[in-house]
Amino acid sequence: MLFEVKELSGPNVPPVSFALAAGQVLPVRGESGVGKSQMLRALADLSPHEGEVCLDGTEQQTMPATDWRRQVVLVPAESGWWAETVAEHFPARPPESSWTRLRLRDALWESPVERLSSGERQRLAVLRALALEPRVLLLDEPTANLDRDNAEAMAGLLLDYLRERQAAAVWISHDPHEIDSRGERWLEMTAEGGLLHGSV
Amino acid sequence: MDLYSLTPIDLMVAAGLVLALGVVQIILGLGLFRTLAFNSVRMVLQLLLVGVILKAVFDAATLPWILLIAMVMMGLAGYEVVARQKRAIRGWHGYGIGLAAMSATALIVTVLALTLMIETDPWYEPQYAIPLLGMILGNTMTGIGLALNNLTQTAWQSRVEIEARLVLGHSVRDATAELRSDSMRAGLIPTLNMLAAAGVISLPGMMTGQILAGSPPVEAVKYQILIMFLITAATGFGSLVAVQLGARRLFDARDRLRLDRLRSGR
Repeated sequence: MLFEVKELSGPNVPPVSFALAAGQVLPVRGESGVGKSQMLRALADLSPHEGEVCLDGTEQQTMPATDWRRQVVLVPAESGWWAETVAEHFPARPPESSWTRLRLRDALWESPVERLSSGERQRLAVLRALALEPRVLLLDEPTANLDRDNAEAMAGLLLDYLRERQAAAVWISHDPHEIDSRGERWLEMTAEGGLLHGSV
Repeated sequence: MDLYSLTPIDLMVAAGLVLALGVVQIILGLGLFRTLAFNSVRMVLQLLLVGVILKAVFDAATLPWILLIAMVMMGLAGYEVVARQKRAIRGWHGYGIGLAAMSATALIVTVLALTLMIETDPWYEPQYAIPLLGMILGNTMTGIGLALNNLTQTAWQSRVEIEARLVLGHSVRDATAELRSDSMRAGLIPTLNMLAAAGVISLPGMMTGQILAGSPPVEAVKYQILIMFLITAATGFGSLVAVQLGARRLFDARDRLRLDRLRSGR
């Protein structure tokens, strides 16, 4: 298994266990406030938690946090921008194909972050995460601020990445259609814990 | 030249000016009268108490007594540093960081000045040691308080930006570089202003005091220059130590931003 989660729990995270093979996606649903985003934070080792999380059999706590987060990359619902222009947030310019696929204007690359729309920020935040070539993506409603065409383009780009790189993803989504289209298995978060639905 | 001694009547006339201010405030309905009265009375009591204590210490100039006074001053300064922050670090770490930064700088700078520069005999001669420590500590305390306040406040406000870097695998060092340099700058700004204004816009209190007490102005100026350098060094190094220790405390061993270690905002 590429990504294994055993009895993860934390202050705001109900207990949850699951495992993902290479290329697999686990959609996550549940009422707001139940701890979905907090679970992703724990998986990225961004907040204190209990339980075991393994990448390729290596436990999270046994490797430096920075190494873990470069491979298990969280894309939070609210993206943060610490420098002035978009370009400063990327190690290198992302491939033209992904840029055009998300329908981002060329001029955005040099523009100040504060002039971006929330949808543009969201798309750029995903590209910024993909630039690390993560083994596991933790996606917190990556299409929330996007119109339908852009949301589809985003979902398509992410699914292609996961298939081509044989990466895995834990994907919080409120859109049932987005979930139906990617496999029969999904995780329901409740206050008592995470329930796996579908074939395991 | 002799010191013209002040009579209680002189002080009462000065207090009358503040009383007049209070009356004007009541008439204008500014509502600051109580605070003004309370703080004025408190100032008089504190200074009288210090006068009595200093007299006793000067009479019995033994090292243990002076160390005790220094410890009390440091402790109060450590408390003030925490009290001046909107979101101070919780628990003994909050006090410990301020105290460690002040001991590592204000205390050492004072001892260096006494032993290497002023060369009093004995080195802990209280007439020099205590006012010197007081001046250096007061300024260092302000600087460290501002630096730590900037650190904790900014970390709180920019948690999204900091975590955005952490989730991309950036080190805590990189993710806090700007935060730390800004906080050190915040701690040093009053000192830089003090240096720029010295003698031109403001006549420093110690120098003025020495001149009033009858010292030749050039002697007073030499002392003031010494004090300015000592204050600048102690404040600068103090802010540096406090910011490094404080920034470390904001993160845990797994490089997580731990804002739960800060007090909730007031």
